[in-house]
Amino acid sequence: MIRIVNLSRRKFLKSMGVGSGLVLGVYFSPDGDAATDDISKGSTAGAEPGQLAPNVFITVDPAGTVILTVCRSEMGQGIRTTFAMIMADELDASWPKIAVRQADGDPRYGDQNTDGSRSILIYEKVLRIAAASVRQMLEAAAAQTWKALIADCRAVDHEVIHVPTARVLPFGQLVKAASTLPVPNPDKLRLQDFSSRRYVGHTMPSIDLGAMLHGKTPFGADIALPGMKYASIERCPVYGGKAKSFDASGAMNVRGVEKVIEIPATPPPTGHLPLGGIAVIASNSWAAIEGRKKLQIEWDLGPNANHDSGTYRAEMETTSHRTGRIVRTLGNFESALAGAAVRLTGDYFVPYQAHATLEPPVAIAVYEGGKLAVLAPTQSPQIARQVLAQYLELKEADITVRPTFLGNGFGRKSMHDYICEAGWLAKALGGRIKVVWTREDDIRHDYYQPMSLQRLDGGLDKNGVPIAWRHRTVFPSLNSTFHADQTSPDAAQLSQGFLDMPYAIPNLRLEAGVAQPHVRLGPHRGGLSMAHAFASCSFIDEMAAAAGKDPANYLFTYYAGPKKIDLKALGVDYTNYGYSIDEFPLDVGRLQNVLQFAMDRAAWGDPLLPRQGRGLAVHRSFLSYAAAIIVVTVAEDGQISIPRIDLVLDCGQIINPDRIKALMEDSIMYGLGFALYGNLTIKNGAVEQSNFDNYQLARAGITPEMHVHLVPSGQSPTGAGDPAVPVIAPALCNAIFAATGKRIRTLPIDTGQLKDSPAAGPAAPAAPNAPAAIPITPTGGAAPKN
Amino acid sequence: MSALNINGKDHSVDADPAMPLLWVLRDILGLTGTKYGCGIGECGACTVHVAGKAVRACKVTLAEASGHDVTTIEGIPDSHPIVHAFAQLNVPACGFCTPGQIMQAVAFVKQKPDPEDDDIVQAMQGNICRCGAYVRIVAAIRQAVGADR
Repeated sequence: MIRIVNLSRRKFLKSMGVGSGLVLGVYFSPDGDAATDDISKGSTAGAEPGQLAPNVFITVDPAGTVILTVCRSEMGQGIRTTFAMIMADELDASWPKIAVRQADGDPRYGDQNTDGSRSILIYEKVLRIAAASVRQMLEAAAAQTWKALIADCRAVDHEVIHVPTARVLPFGQLVKAASTLPVPNPDKLRLQDFSSRRYVGHTMPSIDLGAMLHGKTPFGADIALPGMKYASIERCPVYGGKAKSFDASGAMNVRGVEKVIEIPATPPPTGHLPLGGIAVIASNSWAAIEGRKKLQIEWDLGPNANHDSGTYRAEMETTSHRTGRIVRTLGNFESALAGAAVRLTGDYFVPYQAHATLEPPVAIAVYEGGKLAVLAPTQSPQIARQVLAQYLELKEADITVRPTFLGNGFGRKSMHDYICEAGWLAKALGGRIKVVWTREDDIRHDYYQPMSLQRLDGGLDKNGVPIAWRHRTVFPSLNSTFHADQTSPDAAQLSQGFLDMPYAIPNLRLEAGVAQPHVRLGPHRGGLSMAHAFASCSFIDEMAAAAGKDPANYLFTYYAGPKKIDLKALGVDYTNYGYSIDEFPLDVGRLQNVLQFAMDRAAWGDPLLPRQGRGLAVHRSFLSYAAAIIVVTVAEDGQISIPRIDLVLDCGQIINPDRIKALMEDSIMYGLGFALYGNLTIKNGAVEQSNFDNYQLARAGITPEMHVHLVPSGQSPTGAGDPAVPVIAPALCNAIFAATGKRIRTLPIDTGQLKDSPAAGPAAPAAPNAPAAIPITPTGGAAPKN
Repeated sequence: MSALNINGKDHSVDADPAMPLLWVLRDILGLTGTKYGCGIGECGACTVHVAGKAVRACKVTLAEASGHDVTTIEGIPDSHPIVHAFAQLNVPACGFCTPGQIMQAVAFVKQKPDPEDDDIVQAMQGNICRCGAYVRIVAAIRQAVGADR
């Protein structure tokens, strides 16, 4: 719970170390001008004399400007705008009089770890409480001024009105009086009883829009401080390797290069700490990058020098064909499969993938007078601060971490190696340093999405009813980045789209396999649901096809049984993204609802043109529910185009519809990039790709006609950034199957294998018990692999 | 010393003539609206205008740009129809690619004031938006050329 204290009364600011003289004065004003002051000037958090600041989130200045301190990182999801909307409604503030500033990493703000699509869920109520307390103090101050009843004083559009007499006082004029009043007890606050809201639920321009359109929002890469040096670091191409020796003389001859220094290698697992390497320090980025090219380095490549992603894939596939650790079971899978009329098998493969944030990692660190200040695009400034304190043996109180704007995050900027590099260099060199990652650095030294092999086996009875389902997932544990001897994923990872398999199949077995880690792994957008939904949403489609049923009707049929699946009662260690399963159940009714929503809007069942197919996928992740229906056209040369996609999201209450819609458009493109391009390979321990010429991302040309649908809901507002991404790849692959009869089980999609495929024709819904559209896999046989 | 005219203002730059214009703008002149995304001309985040044409600033050296008029995002006024349309459609998400998208679009509509949709998509194919805002980017350009007519 967030503690509400009156900063202006208690002079909280001075006690919190921000008066320590080491605060970087970057102020994010609503028009985005970043006044990058020298250190020791000013702070971004807390009240200045004459302001009303009853809590850490909201400050009102005597001019009436309401300043909202946003404690979550802005990386394109629009959180600064959405938080402002929530606050503005509760406070009844006027939009043009709102300013937003970014919070430093500090526990007093609560959870700042901006990942997993949780910002609104965590902070909607907190912000309303914070705003309501400000509103009530302003109303009380007006009542005091007018010697009137508080009940007669009401905040309306940045003023307080005395209702009986229609007298008004603007917020600014009430600041002085209000700042002497006690802060209302949060339990006694009267939250707005909205009959209608002005901001929440409406389309609002992004609060940083004007600045963004002119390139004035300061990203990490854009920060420059007087006297700052630039560093570019050559890291060992193999994870776990280190420099044996190096010759810097060539680098030192490059104009602008000032110094070459080795950052010590961290023994794996490296966690948030630097990989180590040879840092070239220069007067500008380019000189540092050019100097690096002249380094002569002899590497000790370490234990992963033989890692080969092709061999690794084969090993993991073998593992997936063996019994793993059983993590969920029901009925008797083996006897059910033995008795099945039809058996199906599929090996699903997802390669390593990189985050490829458009802004590569970058960090600025200042070490002066024994104190460290960092400016960086980080998703988690508190954790960055903790990690820096440990790594550099400093007190957290002596460290300031301020998030800049982020040019994408996707989980990459939840990891703090680049920040630690900057901190280490600043401390070692005693000054101001900016660590610049090139795109090549980013692709080759990322925290990758793990490679994954999944084996599915299923059985149908003679009526096409699914009676047996076994899903094995094999991927190296993300925890291996932090801890040794982590060879199998834990419950939190398996909870991402695997343990919560929602189909009502009486004989069920879920197993997790073992995989040795060889690279740094990290959190990614869509999480492990990216792989798990790809396999499970495809395999149910395989079952429907084998049964000769319409896949949508098939899903409806086997979203059977209780509407809320009680995983606890089934003995499953399901972590539910850290939230109570009672409060946020696995609600099959909501899965059915998003599917029906999508079918209605996408005209499921309408005829298509030759060589077209329609596919669907439905998935719950990050507590939200998503469904996609994709129409694909597969040309004779195998090339695919996507004439239409319908994407439905049920994320509970819709706070900022335009940004959710933008995130859905974004999810489609991110999901298409994942399905069509994302493919990172490793040979002799080193990543083979390096930049956007050989690591492709989605571009304008593949943009489909998009229809985004948000389900109206009164439920708690849950995630929007992650949950719609996982359904894109399986919906696309199911559409390709409908168009061609070819089943895609390997990503990225190899369109070459679709060449000359016979047109299966329009995927009209099959009548119940109609003959199968494709040959049913013979009992005992395996479906062909692709 | 190299002479550059940027957004109508003359600058004299003391730097390696081989330095890409991108780093001259960002690190030496402090014009950070032009972004680094790839350094090899694959992402378009550093798009600027040199002598009126859209180029990738990472692929143009200081020597090559010298003597030419350079326009960066900082030189595009709020009143430009492309900027206006980007605002109306709330195009930017994270905003990192936005300056490059706008610079590419501004040069494109000047050269082709009456484009078909396919022309727009083709013109923007070299500008990566990792937030996937392509549908809005294309719609904004379409709207801007409509407003121009």
